[in-house]
Amino acid sequence: MPALIPTSTSEAPPQVAARKPRTGYLLLAPGMGWLAVFFAIPFVTLFITSLQVPTGASGVYAPGFDIANYGEALSQYGHLYIRSFIYAGLATLFALIIAYPLAYFIAFRGGQWKGLLLVLVIAPTFASFLLRTYAWRTILADEGPVTGFFNALGVLPEGRILSTSIAVVAGLTYNFLPFMILPLFASLDKLDPRLIEASNDLYASPVTTFRKVVWPLSLPGVVAGTLLTFIPASGDYINAQLLGSITTRMIGSAIQVNFIQFRDYPIASALSVMLMFIILIVVSIYIRRSGTEDLV
Amino acid sequence: MVESRKVEDLHLRNLTKRFGDFVAVDDLTLTIPAGSFFALLGPSGCGKTTTLRMVAGLEDPSEGSISIGEQDVTGLRAFKRPVNTVFQSYALFPHLDIFENVAFGLRRRGVKDIKPAVESMLELVELTPMARRKPKQLSGGQQQRVAVARALINEPEVLLLDEPLGALDLKLRRQMQIELKRIQMEVGTTFVHVTHDQEEAMTMADTVAVMNEGRIEQMGAPADIYELPETVFVARFLGQSNLFVGKRESSGSDSVTVAAHGQQFTIPNSRNNAPGGDVIVGVRPEKMTIVDSGDPIPDMHDRIAGRVVDVSYTGVSTQYLVKTSWGEEITVFEQNDVVGDQSEVGDSVEVHWARDHAFGLDGTGTSADDVESAMPVV
Repeated sequence: MPALIPTSTSEAPPQVAARKPRTGYLLLAPGMGWLAVFFAIPFVTLFITSLQVPTGASGVYAPGFDIANYGEALSQYGHLYIRSFIYAGLATLFALIIAYPLAYFIAFRGGQWKGLLLVLVIAPTFASFLLRTYAWRTILADEGPVTGFFNALGVLPEGRILSTSIAVVAGLTYNFLPFMILPLFASLDKLDPRLIEASNDLYASPVTTFRKVVWPLSLPGVVAGTLLTFIPASGDYINAQLLGSITTRMIGSAIQVNFIQFRDYPIASALSVMLMFIILIVVSIYIRRSGTEDLV
Repeated sequence: MVESRKVEDLHLRNLTKRFGDFVAVDDLTLTIPAGSFFALLGPSGCGKTTTLRMVAGLEDPSEGSISIGEQDVTGLRAFKRPVNTVFQSYALFPHLDIFENVAFGLRRRGVKDIKPAVESMLELVELTPMARRKPKQLSGGQQQRVAVARALINEPEVLLLDEPLGALDLKLRRQMQIELKRIQMEVGTTFVHVTHDQEEAMTMADTVAVMNEGRIEQMGAPADIYELPETVFVARFLGQSNLFVGKRESSGSDSVTVAAHGQQFTIPNSRNNAPGGDVIVGVRPEKMTIVDSGDPIPDMHDRIAGRVVDVSYTGVSTQYLVKTSWGEEITVFEQNDVVGDQSEVGDSVEVHWARDHAFGLDGTGTSADDVESAMPVV
């Protein structure tokens, strides 16, 4: 390389005293305002409610500092947290297994149909969440062909799908699948197909190419997709309610029942606050371990 | 550094590739000698990249075979071929650092103790301090060298280079041409270089094959092809040529005389590739000299009278456009070795050249309009 001549323009010009970038903060204001009104304030209210004490009258509580609400919530519903995270985890895993090949196909083989295929992926979400979940009741009904088929194979331990945990996990997987496909597609679509050719050229078989090139480069999509599936799935109660039974209740069901039926606001609030914190901890460990900041 | 080792010739036999009705590579038969720096030169769409991809195993030939030495590799998949590629856009792995990019091929083949090999390769391309950087943090020229190192470290029988310098600016490109040539001489591997840049091909390669519409038009040492093109396409694509369509008038023992546009031109028999009576006379622009009308013209030179219509001064030389009486514009390059001796636009001049510098092309089925309308590809 030739030495840089002194007049070279490639050197950075001397720093000009920068003006205070006030515009940046102004642009942030609407978002911050939205967060304050619709997240921060409700969260503080929720937290205060979770510490309130009963007055004896149904649905009326006095301000207080009753940590016992948390103990009671945990002892009564602790197992629901575990079940929720197992269901949500399974649904996330299945969604990933189903979504990855699909997203891969759309990204690399979609060609001119890419747009249409993506619309088809999102299309089910045009119908209401509740409606779609109800439809699964019919699909998985005891007399239905799906249950009949699996019963013929003799693989169903309870002889049925509806009202079992299988139905709940299937419902969760189905309902959150688009949220897995879209981020996966986004990161696979960005992947330069020439990298796959280069890997092939450098003695990597298709399987090794997937392990060493495609998978690591799609990790940002995997992380985004699993979070977008896992977080809402762990708080969901519709699937457990409509497709499950009393033995498949999730934490969302407990919160819903306490708020609406028992009108036990402090317990419901304590359950919500704990759910948020557990998710926060799980997610931050997950993000740290998958080391997304190191990726492109 | 890298030990020279036995490399084998690359043979392409009747290689054909069709995409639907389009024939990208048409019955190509070619032997690339071991250890040579071979350039496939042609305009975009001429089939040169497709040929390269078939050798790499990234494209399956429709017909024909590819072998390296005695080994037929036609059916081998890309990752099993002893061939590596430097891709046009480098295709470096963005998630791996430079060291790991270079080590990629060795790791896949399960080579033990790769560190010394990677380090000496990084040294060869002068990137030792960049080992732990990511590709994005490197300049274009540095990325290009990583791409070369990543391919070369595997000691392939053949190294394929797909327009490897296309993304670099002119100055860096010149520098990398010399660099690549140096590396090739150092490692002794067969390099097959695909490019549309005729200057690049001539600077770097021992042998240049000019491709057009899926076929090789002419192949040989750069100077041989340049000095004696065999087809109109080569005369036009590799540098520039002034071409005059004419008919053979008489044949002597060592030269032929051609009549074109009412003038007579002489071509040495050894430089005449026209088999029949239709001959296109070609003269390279730098072989021509401009003099004022009426000035003496040396013996054994042919001449054309005309009027200067354009003068472009380019520093080392001046490029003239001279319009002949029959309306053809001829290009003349004059070295600026005399100060202040310039012809100007509107001057009546005579252009002359030594008869030994003219060449003859097959003019069968070619009219003057064909030649004049086919503008040189720059």
